[in-house]
Amino acid sequence: MATTVVTPQPVRMEQSLTPINGPFRRNLNTIVIIWYREVLRFVRDWIRIITSLAQPLMFLFIFGSGLSSSLNVVGSQANLPPGTPTLDFRTFLFPGVLSMTVLFTSIFSAISIVWDREFGFLREMLVAPISRTSLVLGKALGGSTIAMLQGTIMLIFAPLVGVNLSVGLVVKLMLEMLLLAFSLTSLGIVIASRMKSMEGFQMIMQFFLMPMFFLSGALFPLRNLPGWLAFLTKINPVTYGVDPLRQAVLRALNLPQFVLDALGLGVKVFDTTLSTSVELLIVAILGLIFIVWGALAFNKQD
Amino acid sequence: MADMAAEEQTLQGEQLNGQIQSPADLRMAVASEGVRPAGAPIIEVEGLTRHYGKLEAVKGISFEVYPGEIFGFLGPNGAGKSTTINMLCTLLRPTAGRARIAGYDLVTQRNKVRESIGLIFQDPSLDDRLTADENLRFHATVYGLPAAVSKQRREELLKMVDLYDRRDQLVRTFSGGMKRRLEIARGLLHYPRVLFLDEPTIGLDPQTRLHLWSYILNLRQQKQITMFLTTHYMDEAEYCDRIAIIDHGKIVALDTPSRLKDMVGGDVIRLRTSDNAVAAQQIKEHFGVEPRENKGELVFEIAGGEELVPRIVEKVTARIASISVRRPTLDDVFIKLTGREIRDEEADARELMRGFMRSRRWGRR
Ligand SMILES: Nc1ncnc2c1ncn2[C@@H]1O[C@H](COP(=O)(O)OP(=O)(O)O)[C@@H](O)[C@H]1O
Ligand SMILES: [Mg+2]
Repeated sequence: MATTVVTPQPVRMEQSLTPINGPFRRNLNTIVIIWYREVLRFVRDWIRIITSLAQPLMFLFIFGSGLSSSLNVVGSQANLPPGTPTLDFRTFLFPGVLSMTVLFTSIFSAISIVWDREFGFLREMLVAPISRTSLVLGKALGGSTIAMLQGTIMLIFAPLVGVNLSVGLVVKLMLEMLLLAFSLTSLGIVIASRMKSMEGFQMIMQFFLMPMFFLSGALFPLRNLPGWLAFLTKINPVTYGVDPLRQAVLRALNLPQFVLDALGLGVKVFDTTLSTSVELLIVAILGLIFIVWGALAFNKQD
Repeated sequence: MADMAAEEQTLQGEQLNGQIQSPADLRMAVASEGVRPAGAPIIEVEGLTRHYGKLEAVKGISFEVYPGEIFGFLGPNGAGKSTTINMLCTLLRPTAGRARIAGYDLVTQRNKVRESIGLIFQDPSLDDRLTADENLRFHATVYGLPAAVSKQRREELLKMVDLYDRRDQLVRTFSGGMKRRLEIARGLLHYPRVLFLDEPTIGLDPQTRLHLWSYILNLRQQKQITMFLTTHYMDEAEYCDRIAIIDHGKIVALDTPSRLKDMVGGDVIRLRTSDNAVAAQQIKEHFGVEPRENKGELVFEIAGGEELVPRIVEKVTARIASISVRRPTLDDVFIKLTGREIRDEEADARELMRGFMRSRRWGRR
């Protein structure tokens, strides 16, 4: 009853005939392409670029202007000799707003991994024959690049708040923002690796992002704070990114030394005032810790 | 029947090797030239198990897939289809069991497995802010295709899925069907030996589904690629060379669609009467089968159903409101094996939700 048929052997696709790049090349290219994708998406989405300017601008021009009319950080002190240059509060605020832009863009970009992993592009990358470390590195570099770019766009408003930009200062600010952005994106990746879905996003916003912003010295000098508050500001990575930005901006203004002193520049740890290079080193070391942690977390398969 | 299913399952593979037992099989053999199970299996799965905490989503399944086959996993929502496919493509670590794909061990040779497979996810996984060509180019890079090869294949595959003219447009402007086609092109870009498709047509309208299937079948013809797909659409399962019916994480039957349907034991007759209890009793008496009651209807299977209708009308004394006879479908097979319909209402609601999410995410037109 059963008839036997001859089965032709299926023709294989000529896969083995095309040489593919070795693992090293492949992973290197992957880092580049993930970075490139991030930048490409950023550049194309100009609506997002514009709308992300809204929040920092509100802080700068509404909060900043409102506050500067009621208290003039140094200039209102009665004992100043006439003719002393005064400092607009918004000038003081400007570097804080830069770091705010960097903070929010970095963390948002990193957390988009959660969405991407569930429904997007990243899911596809996770089954590719590449190391997850490359994915994490590409993402961290891409996220920090766009956060730095977003911060750089904010520099357009610098002249409006009394900040003197020079080429040297712009380059310095960009590099410092990039370093801060890398640390924060890496931190965001660590957070993302622990999130199962986007549902936890609101919580991250409320209990992580906002405190990190408020406790960083972005909005007020870290001087004469109550002990608990001072402690919280010092364990906040953003603090060590805000101060170098602020020093770069304010020192370019040739303000008298006592004005600078009154602003509480330099983070004080155990009674020593850290130099900006030490602060930047702290940011870099934290970034390194976060990126390694993030890579390890993503390499764990479930 | 359950025994028979188990026996069928143990016989799969060797038994199917080049044998034709019914005209339906012959039609299939001719239609799918040379893709009957032959040679060494390209997917070997043994006792594959996956737990999510306390939940055992996949309970030690075993099967083999042969080169060139279209192998389908059919089962209701939550049966464990996606979990299985995610394990086979190295996204999920199996709790227990072994599998080899293209000769490579799933756990110890993960990268080799990844190089050998392509994947089309249940949920969309394109970057819709990139163009069609960019999506493909990124994929090619990650799979290590040299630039020249990448260019030539992108062109070839975009043409194959009829998207060459729209290659430089953003994916967000595409319809659901176009996106799915692009995903298929992307899954094939690195010439995988096995293509996994998880619910390839979910959330698409019937016309697009049909269209997509013609691509899939064509592809098999052209590339002789092995395809492993999951679906909970009965009609789609019919396109497969062999089907494993999966329920609650277990394979309850595995065979060609026509032979699975033979398991039902004839045509399906549905009967609506004024007194089902009496009618059921009389049917049992005269025809030797015990009808089930389903939503006020009596349902039973019997060989040569059409010829029997006049005799049924004659023997049943209860007033008959309606009677219908039809060839068995895979749904009937599923009912026979599990006592449930594959698409219960809950599943429908969930699918509706998923389709909704999908259309929102995809901007389906
Ligand atoms: N990540 C997960 N965590 C916990 N349970 C899960 C997870 N994914 C799937 N499940 C459960 O495992 C079972 C099988 O799911 P799945 O493989 O997605 O089924 P199918 O694809 O056949 O619809 C379901 O009961 C589902 O709720
Ligand atoms: Mg599924």
